[in-house]
Amino acid sequence: MLRFFSLRVFRALLTVTLVVTFAFVVLRMSADPALIILGPEAPPEVIAAFRKSWGLDEPIWVQYVDYVAAIFRGELGRSMRDGRPAIELVAERIPATLALTLPALALKIAIGIPAGIWASLHRGTFVDRTVMAAAVAGFTVPSFVLGLVLVLIFSVQLGWLPSGGQDTWIHAILPIVTMGVGGAAVLARFTRSAMLEVLGQPYMRTASAKGLPWARAIRDHALPNAAIPTVTIVGFMVGTLIAGAVVVESVFSWPGVGRLLVVAVSNRDLAVVQCILLLVAATMVLSNLMVDFLYGFLDPRLAAGARAGGH
Amino acid sequence: MASASPLIRLEGLSVSFDGVRVLHGVDLDIGRGGTLGLVGESGSGKSVTWLAALGLLPGKARIEGRALLDGEDLIAASDRRLDAVRGGRIAMIFQDPASALNPVLTIRRQIGEALALHRGLSGRAVGAEAKRLLDLVGIPDAERRLSAYPHEFSGGQNQRVMIAMALAGQPDLLVADEPTTALDVTIQAQILDLLDSVRRETGMALVLISHDLGVVSQTCDRVAVMYAGRIVEEGPSSRLFADPAHPYTRGLIGALPPLDGSRRRLVSIAGTVPDPRDPPPGCAFAPRCLHSDRRCTGDVPQIEPIEADRRMACVLAVHRRSEIAARAGREHTTAETVAP
Repeated sequence: MLRFFSLRVFRALLTVTLVVTFAFVVLRMSADPALIILGPEAPPEVIAAFRKSWGLDEPIWVQYVDYVAAIFRGELGRSMRDGRPAIELVAERIPATLALTLPALALKIAIGIPAGIWASLHRGTFVDRTVMAAAVAGFTVPSFVLGLVLVLIFSVQLGWLPSGGQDTWIHAILPIVTMGVGGAAVLARFTRSAMLEVLGQPYMRTASAKGLPWARAIRDHALPNAAIPTVTIVGFMVGTLIAGAVVVESVFSWPGVGRLLVVAVSNRDLAVVQCILLLVAATMVLSNLMVDFLYGFLDPRLAAGARAGGH
Repeated sequence: MASASPLIRLEGLSVSFDGVRVLHGVDLDIGRGGTLGLVGESGSGKSVTWLAALGLLPGKARIEGRALLDGEDLIAASDRRLDAVRGGRIAMIFQDPASALNPVLTIRRQIGEALALHRGLSGRAVGAEAKRLLDLVGIPDAERRLSAYPHEFSGGQNQRVMIAMALAGQPDLLVADEPTTALDVTIQAQILDLLDSVRRETGMALVLISHDLGVVSQTCDRVAVMYAGRIVEEGPSSRLFADPAHPYTRGLIGALPPLDGSRRRLVSIAGTVPDPRDPPPGCAFAPRCLHSDRRCTGDVPQIEPIEADRRMACVLAVHRRSEIAARAGREHTTAETVAP
């Protein structure tokens, strides 16, 4: 068990390191923050001073070593625009983002999983085809298109809901629905195929052969097995709670982490971008760890493999 | 056979999938405590017969005919009624025990379900009875093993668990669908012995579905041979193996290596099982039969008595009958073996 988890944790750290390093290099190669923040008209000595004060005049590997050393001291750097600690800037945006992504996740689960189960139990019927057609439509339409269409209908035409801003919970409805639809569609498809796989297994026939009513066979025998692949997808969605709203926040001018990221990238506000990416990688990795842990709980075969020090 | 009131009687049981008929009017009686072996190549309809009788085929299957359990037709029965019969009166075990058990539920839970459904047990009584059943089927350390999962058992042990689960409802009939096919040869014999001993102890009837004649001859009093969705021969296993009547049965037995006597070349049956979507005219076995002539491609031969207690579906039945009669005269046997 210990080996199982230490291997997982090692992989997780490796993933975070790779993400952070890649972002560090690409951000510094792609544009000069001094020119972007101070503007092309700024005098050369000001630009030089700016570079010196942020350490941008050092060779990139020195900057990188400094950056990593700072992370280990718990410092994630300061915004080049207003000098505030990057972590503070990011942290004050997190509640706004979670106010969208958490309800959206609940919506995805509440619609996607039951719809997938329902479709699988009516395989090949009108119900199944309708649900799956809706699912294909749901995840092929990009969220910015769906968001704008919803705004057009509910804000512009009907005037029922606001098209942007963050004043009341009513402002959150359209962004939440926009995010929820795509995720629900993905979950519905995955749940359906997981269920179909399980329903074809010999143990389902055994359950019927022992006299279990079909509804109970589904509940007690099919669902626990179908949960295993479904948890993978839900885990992936949990991993995007922090950074999954970039597009939707931009469409609905919602002041969350996503919009901060867009602004920080275009400003080459290095510390802020890196701080967000570190956070995103960490949540993704953490949710993967949670999924691994849940697997052990849902599937006794994996738990046994883990105890035996297996893969 | 045809005793006064059989435990279960199949009458003209037919099954089609998407308009393709795979089972053509199977008639079969099983008496209380009787043992019947059902043999034939894969695809001959052995399993489908019993899955149809128990309502375990997928919804697209069209089933005709009747399956009478003590006179009650299971084909026409409601789902609720079938749930009570399945596991309660008729239990079934399957070929691959590892995949026939749910991988994420403990053995206790899976046996306990049957105990709760058919015996009304709950709480501690479930655990005690499940342990007794595991002891009965020869799983050592039953108490502790109840909380184990199927992957922690070997194939043979899983089949023992399946048998324990089947016995949980105290059924009158156990249908064992190729119960030893997925197991090692040494384990096969153990499982067959176990089936035989629990049958003797409980007095339940047993249907053993197998493509292995050896397995069937060892365990069953009667044998029915299936080919392309029909029973082609049925009779007491001793006589059927000693003196097979249908050319297909003779072919099957000819393909078995003899245990004693001189070594001989094994004879295989040429050709393959016909495609149910495109069956040959007349007798389905005719294209592979060494004895077929033009009579065989006319009407499909119906299954008819050829001796007391034996039936066969072959136009040669007429010849067989006279042959048997002649032999009966020669050997001065009683009228019992003479055709009616």
